[in-house]
Amino acid sequence: MMKVAPTALHRRHQLMVAVLVAALAAMLPLLIKDVYLQNILVLTLMYAALSQSWNILGGYCGQISLGHALYFGVGAYATALLFTKFGVLPWFGMAAGGAIAAVIALCLGYPCFRLRGHYFAIATIVIAETAYLLFLNWEWVGGATGIDIPIRQDSWMAFQFARSKLPYIYFALLFACVTWLVTFVLEDSKWGYWWRAVKDDPEAAESLGVVVFHSKMAAAAVSAFFTAIGGGFYAQFVAYIDPDSVMSFHFSLLMALPAVLGGIGTLWGPVLGAAVLIPLTELTRSYMGGSGRGIDLIVYGTLVMFIAVARPEGLIGLVARRRATGAN
Amino acid sequence: MLTLETIVQSLASGLLMGLLYGLIAVGLALIFGLMDVVNFAHGEFLMLAMYATFGLAVSLAVDPLLAAPLVAAASFVFGAVIYLGIVRFAMRAASNRGMVQIFATFGLAILLRGLAQFLFTPDYRSVQNSWLSGKSLAIYGVYLPAPQLAGALISIAAFAGLYLVINRTDFGRALEATREDAGAVALVGIDKNRIFAFGWGLGAALVGLAGAVMATFFYIYPDVGASFALIAYVTVALGGFGSVFGAFAAGIIVGLVEAITAMILPPALKYVGIYAVYLAVVFLRPRGLFGSL
Repeated sequence: MMKVAPTALHRRHQLMVAVLVAALAAMLPLLIKDVYLQNILVLTLMYAALSQSWNILGGYCGQISLGHALYFGVGAYATALLFTKFGVLPWFGMAAGGAIAAVIALCLGYPCFRLRGHYFAIATIVIAETAYLLFLNWEWVGGATGIDIPIRQDSWMAFQFARSKLPYIYFALLFACVTWLVTFVLEDSKWGYWWRAVKDDPEAAESLGVVVFHSKMAAAAVSAFFTAIGGGFYAQFVAYIDPDSVMSFHFSLLMALPAVLGGIGTLWGPVLGAAVLIPLTELTRSYMGGSGRGIDLIVYGTLVMFIAVARPEGLIGLVARRRATGAN
Repeated sequence: MLTLETIVQSLASGLLMGLLYGLIAVGLALIFGLMDVVNFAHGEFLMLAMYATFGLAVSLAVDPLLAAPLVAAASFVFGAVIYLGIVRFAMRAASNRGMVQIFATFGLAILLRGLAQFLFTPDYRSVQNSWLSGKSLAIYGVYLPAPQLAGALISIAAFAGLYLVINRTDFGRALEATREDAGAVALVGIDKNRIFAFGWGLGAALVGLAGAVMATFFYIYPDVGASFALIAYVTVALGGFGSVFGAFAAGIIVGLVEAITAMILPPALKYVGIYAVYLAVVFLRPRGLFGSL
């Protein structure tokens, strides 16, 4: 298969599509007035951003992390704890969470990036699970009961809105746009090329002068930073966090899933994956999960399995193929 | 208080549990060694076997000990069908095969959990009045519960059987050859898919056996597989992916470490010790204890 180098024209085209998609997404709240559907919109945008962040390390650099719940949890806890214990505004909390997560990613990357394949993936699971267990048993951070973020007046300063979901929608949209843009810029930078080289063949990359280790570390730090921002946002959005809702293993898979189903290591994969998967998850859960009989799980599991097997290159393959045949 | 007696008691329980962990994990190791696939639905195989044992005990009054071979046989068929019906297709992916396999089997895990919830409801079940339950053996004051003891003995027997199958039978040779070079094996007329299906069947049968034993002393519910699956992945990786006897040794280590951690730290943190040992081992030996890949 021949790979066409991303030309300037192609990239300008991508950027135009992105502006169009973002503008359409920004108009959605005008059409969607239902609070339940607005909720789904927030989650979809948030997962698009989270999966985009995961994609930087997992997709572009090829380091399959199944422990991103750790960074998400760090962001959520940093934001919630700084606010409830020290009265620090969530904006600073999110920034602090992002920075802490990036530092943790660098500290963990140092030993972990020597591991290959499944040994690496399992190490990421194990580290995230350890953090989950520690938070579950750590009284100061609320233990298993979690943290309630006290509701005050709606304001942008405290980033709290009890009456309207619109501010959350726009922040989530901005978050998705920023992660997309960061990926867009990185993709065409020196790092982007290094990451793909590391993913394809680390030995060959090393011999050509790519500093494999530093490439992985950079990807991990960027990825962890944005994942933690997402965690901070989520804490503000739901106003209550506990280890199960922000740090469980299931969550790490959910962050990777949109990228994998949409198209791993591609610019649009996470967005497409989230746009299909999240509404589907939420709708099946509320329309079929009510019985408590697991029908939602059956539908969801079958779907994930089916897409993974039928579209190994991701749903993006459907779009790309159509465009390719159209061009011919 | 920590006395010599309680320490010996904990270590003995840890050893018994460790042998069972080995039995749970070995199917995963076998499948991985054969075809580089990590089955993320492994815990759900265990869960289904526990329900099957429970079903036989409740509806036909078959004791779990008698049901074990039946459950293992049914698991074998189930595993082979999963390979032929799903995994075979996931293996065809030209690009990012690893992720496709992870999420194909992850989807399967969710599906099986949903099915269990649909068929059996999320209620916790347990097998009452089995031959083993409530009995125990005391050796020099060390108290060994009969279900765990039976599990440990079955695990040792299963590993011995597996050793014979791999080293002494035509199937074992074909298995070994396929894992070394699946392409060359096809040239000498061995059907790769049949070997893989057999491998999946065998892997599922082994975890099925573990499930039948565990049904005698563990609650049965749709999510029961999830916690054991994580232990199984860690066990397999600790032993070295693909190493069947690494899984045996690692299972024992995991069981002992869990018991020791539970003595030192609050019991809620008992898995932290296992995770720490895994990390320590792979940071020193990036391919696990016995991995040769």
